[in-house]
Amino acid sequence: MQLLVCGGTGCRASASATIVEKLNESLKAHQLTEEAQVVITGCFGFCEKGPIVKVIPDNTFYTQVKPEDAEEIVAEHILKGRKVSRLLYEDPEKKEHVEDSKHMGFYQKQMRIALRNCGVIDPENIDEYIARDGYSALAQVVTDLTPEQAIDLVKQSGLRGRGGAGFPTGLKWEITSRFTSDQKYVVCNADEGDPGAFMDRSILEGDPNSIIEAMTICGYCIGATKGLVYIRAEYPLAIKRLQIAINQAREYGLLGENIFGSKFSFDMELRYGAGAFVCGEETALIASMEGKRGEPRVKPPFPAESGYMNKPTNVNNVETFANVPVIFLKGPEWYSAIGTEKSKGTKVFALAGKINNVGLIEVPMGITLREIIYEIGGGIKNGKKFKAVQTGGPSGGCLTEAHLDTPIDFDSLLAAGSMMGSGGMIVMDEDDCMVSIAKFYLEFIVEESCGKCTPCRIGNKRMLEILEKITLGKGNMEDLDHLRNLAYVIKDTSLCGLGQSSPNPVLSTLENFYDEYVAHVKDKRCFAKKCKALARYTINPDVCTGCTICARNCPVEAITGEKREPHFINQEICIHCGVCYQKCKFNAINVE
Amino acid sequence: MTKIKSLDDLRQKKQQLEQSMDIREKSDHPENLVQIKVAMATCGIASGARTVMNALVEKIKKENIPAVVTQTGCMGYCYAEPTVEVTKPGFDPVVFSYVDVKKAEEIIDKYILNNELLDGILPPNYQTI
Repeated sequence: MQLLVCGGTGCRASASATIVEKLNESLKAHQLTEEAQVVITGCFGFCEKGPIVKVIPDNTFYTQVKPEDAEEIVAEHILKGRKVSRLLYEDPEKKEHVEDSKHMGFYQKQMRIALRNCGVIDPENIDEYIARDGYSALAQVVTDLTPEQAIDLVKQSGLRGRGGAGFPTGLKWEITSRFTSDQKYVVCNADEGDPGAFMDRSILEGDPNSIIEAMTICGYCIGATKGLVYIRAEYPLAIKRLQIAINQAREYGLLGENIFGSKFSFDMELRYGAGAFVCGEETALIASMEGKRGEPRVKPPFPAESGYMNKPTNVNNVETFANVPVIFLKGPEWYSAIGTEKSKGTKVFALAGKINNVGLIEVPMGITLREIIYEIGGGIKNGKKFKAVQTGGPSGGCLTEAHLDTPIDFDSLLAAGSMMGSGGMIVMDEDDCMVSIAKFYLEFIVEESCGKCTPCRIGNKRMLEILEKITLGKGNMEDLDHLRNLAYVIKDTSLCGLGQSSPNPVLSTLENFYDEYVAHVKDKRCFAKKCKALARYTINPDVCTGCTICARNCPVEAITGEKREPHFINQEICIHCGVCYQKCKFNAINVE
Repeated sequence: MTKIKSLDDLRQKKQQLEQSMDIREKSDHPENLVQIKVAMATCGIASGARTVMNALVEKIKKENIPAVVTQTGCMGYCYAEPTVEVTKPGFDPVVFSYVDVKKAEEIIDKYILNNELLDGILPPNYQTI
């Protein structure tokens, strides 16, 4: 028997280490050390009900365990085989004790659909994909359904694009299928330019065949025989595994002429992006594939009508494609039963930032931010206080504590001033300066702006200059109004999505953290202590020994004081270089 | 590789694979084979999963342990890489975190051969379809 005790931060803060000690003591006292073993695990993710103790092999799940309970658990459960019912998890709705953890709703917090094979199969072996029902959806579509019927199923499922805009996938396929042309294309957008996002990379590295199958299904539906995957060159492992999968699929005849003995033929190849964020925008992507500079163009005409080489092209994100085979395998009703009314299915998020369980999660739409950050994510690192979470990368906005109970779906995130984006979720704590964060995203945007349209090219640069002024302590209140006006103009007049959404971080931080901006501008203070130029250095007179090292090293002679008397820094002269702080051997200098 | 030319071919292939995976698990040895999966996505490789995988393969070969080591994609526990999942026949899969070469050897000696769990296992926090 094994007793698993949760060693995650939340449970540890509630004395889980003491529970381990007490359990070991009790086991020794009852002479059960041969039969039962205590193991410290990682976070169960059920932090609200911690500390958690799970007994294997019967899967009993004890919640809110205290060190005093250890003896009872050992004496009753381990020794006598009687579960301690008062500690069992109680289902909040049914009000019953759940004995076996497999029946807990908790495990439905994460549901891996797009990631169904990631971490389960060997991605370099197509046989393992086939053994898990791989290519059965394609077979069903090609041999049993007409293109219209297949498109209809995708429409019924309610699948919306996972690249950020959330356009209904079935509708996109239908529109593309209606245009007649001698050649049509299926394009997979694997550019994934958002900083901190790695959902698509993980799908391509862990289950590349799902993309091949989905693109082939799409080709059948819209009447295309050629597929192109635009993948960023910074993903060498994903490129390698995708190419291996394509080669293996070709060997099996799953790509090529007369697939499954039908008249339908389809093949695909890879095209490499050179790392431009703007090439994630579909028209810029297409321009890049055509060998031109990656610049977007006016839409309409949409790529469905005139895309790659001016032919009808269907562009979808990697994660959108990863969901497609499941719709056929399990049926659209099954798929649309998951999620909210307007946002069906699951979404993969890349949890990053100041959170304990950094990683990839896939959750049904409608889950709240609180559940993601505190339960699945294991809470904020080092026990700090949550400040904000940035969703949607440089195109999204910051959500605050007030939004923690927002259910996540396309529309509610938009209403809260952010957007779903491709799924990056960066968590920030009390030590992050929101003005610096806005500046960081703007720096990224200014680098990545293609320069074609004036509002984005010049407007973003001006916004960045204002933010730089503010973080250097030279801003004033008019700058804030100016910033806001600029932001709205850029949002309204930019040519493509990059420019239209680049002001979002600025606008949402202005909205939710206005007092931080005011503090930077009026008081010239950065409370998160991130803006070095605004740091205030003061000498603690109780600790200072008057050794004069700081005064002798100050480049602007801002420090005064007699030998062996506490010294004093003149804030008017101080240039915030930090030399005194580095030189002081007595830790007498405070930075705030 | 023979081509898969029809739905029947695919179904046959799938059955074949299921059988061969079954045989792989049950025939050669009276005890079934242990499945060891090492997460080899970029986060895993960056934290040294290749060294761990090589160490596991070597030890298994040297000591003739009835186990199969394969690579797999991202299991989602990027903060705890390198991660290794061990499925002993008849047991639920167990995921070990922060696995280095030393811990990998302990996994084999303690868990696989002795049924003793190590500290730092990661409880499953998702269901898959």
